[in-house]
Amino acid sequence: MDMTFAEKILANYAKLKEVIPGQIVTVKPDHLLTHDNSAAIIQKIKTDLEKYGIYSKSLPIIALDHVIPAASEKTATNHKIIRDFVKKYQIENFFDIGIGVCHQLVIEKGLALPGKLILGSDSHTCSYGAVGAFSSGIDRTEAASILLTGETWLKVPKSIKITLNEKLKFGVYAKDVVLHIIGDISSSGADYCSIEHHGDLDQFSIDERFTITNMGVEMGAKNSVFFVDNITKKYLNSIGVSNSSYEVIFPDEDAVYNKKLNYDLSKIVPVVACPHTVDNVKPVSNLEGIEIQQCLIGTCTNGRLSDLKVAADILKGKKINKNIRLLILPASKDVLEKTLKAGIIETLIKAGATLLPAGCGPCLGAHQGVLAPGEKCLSTSNRNFKGRMGCKEADIYLASPATVAASSLFGKITDPREVMKQ
Amino acid sequence: MKVWKYGDNIDTDMLFPGKYVYTCSRPEEIIPHLLEDLDPLFSKNVKEGDLIFAGKNFGCGSSREQPVIGLKSVGIKAVVAKSFARIFYRSAINQGLILIECPDVIDAYSDGSDVKIDFENGKISIGNKFFSFPKLQKEILEIRNAGGLLEYTRSKLKNKYKK
Repeated sequence: MDMTFAEKILANYAKLKEVIPGQIVTVKPDHLLTHDNSAAIIQKIKTDLEKYGIYSKSLPIIALDHVIPAASEKTATNHKIIRDFVKKYQIENFFDIGIGVCHQLVIEKGLALPGKLILGSDSHTCSYGAVGAFSSGIDRTEAASILLTGETWLKVPKSIKITLNEKLKFGVYAKDVVLHIIGDISSSGADYCSIEHHGDLDQFSIDERFTITNMGVEMGAKNSVFFVDNITKKYLNSIGVSNSSYEVIFPDEDAVYNKKLNYDLSKIVPVVACPHTVDNVKPVSNLEGIEIQQCLIGTCTNGRLSDLKVAADILKGKKINKNIRLLILPASKDVLEKTLKAGIIETLIKAGATLLPAGCGPCLGAHQGVLAPGEKCLSTSNRNFKGRMGCKEADIYLASPATVAASSLFGKITDPREVMKQ
Repeated sequence: MKVWKYGDNIDTDMLFPGKYVYTCSRPEEIIPHLLEDLDPLFSKNVKEGDLIFAGKNFGCGSSREQPVIGLKSVGIKAVVAKSFARIFYRSAINQGLILIECPDVIDAYSDGSDVKIDFENGKISIGNKFFSFPKLQKEILEIRNAGGLLEYTRSKLKNKYKK
């Protein structure tokens, strides 16, 4: 029987010859990702941990990224509980504050490899399909259970084949592609499904694939994947992973898909997701002139070297509008170091930007860059839900780093193609 | 019993704002903020046995489990919706909150309709109209019947260490 990527990988992990959509299988993931929420997870199973210990010290990946540095006694105490746990159980993969957003670290540190299965108590765990892994989000309770037992159940998803053909036009980016798709199929268009990307994918770097897979959950997907190609291999080599250290999985030719979607990339234009749902997507040209007060460039969606470089290229030698607060949120310390070295951070700071520590920052509204009632923020992050940035009477718009940088110059939503040099 | 009726795409920030996610984890901390930005009257007036009816993609967004723990703790008997987001659905199984995916029920319901749910046989009536919903798969029912995922895991661990 021909199988999709999801069917093949879940059959592998369930040690079955084949599986079909809807089937429930028991799997042992390679890694379990948790972040600041590890504190709540540990406390949930305090007595169980004393009795049984953890399944393995190589299973967890813990990154402190959501509220860093701690914003209150409570969050500081949570961090302390996590550090104590990490020491006690000798957790192999722990990243303290400032090293980066968990998803960026899982990829950057070579913990997500092609053909691997990773689950995490964060919805954007679906990001690791950027390098050919199967990864998906779960809740804290399930993370607690996996920490103890090393296993859980998964339902084999149906798959959607997205084919991206032709070349993107100047000023249009991976973020525009994924927002365009979400706008097309809706926030629930891929509910419970596995997304496979096919087509002319040479034009997408790992950074860009990451942007697309990161937003898989915003269309309801269970996971989202790009298959291993020379770009993946080159990236993995660059972080010290040899080609022989992973298994490459491709779908079979006659695999059965729930849906097949085709997009002509040359027809996609810069777009913006308007409040308060990610599928409320409109061409930026329809929104030009909407006044904004805060711009955010960064996060696990668009906080990598190539993202910050696009922004710096637009802002070089210029000043942002006096009514704008431009926040820069690098996805990791590694990104920060590279962008510092390349002069990108200097360019952004000279243009008037404020640099935040590598972490989740304003994206979730817990601290740093919370909005006031009536304000509008244009952001490269992945969610524009009502109240997401800490205020239910504020509006969040989502766009590419180019659109956000261009808009920061004028204090209003601006088509990046108008300010970029071709 | 009251039916709390909401629309499509009720996301996790509406159910429980992100700003409280790293400071509130216990039911008593969660309940005052439950549905705070969607319906400020909810947490004040909700009663044990009430139902939530909603449109498509209920619970979309974050993996936070406070919405599920909160709804379970205030005694919501079931959430009936046209569809649910995946992580929320999974989380509800883990916490023992009953979710019923049944678009026809939502279309048939109007304010004040008489609602009856027969959980055992998977049937709902709205006034004089009858609908059925499918039973959960065996593996999933085992988790719910154990009283949630942690109880299920604990009983498995106990058996393993007995051997």
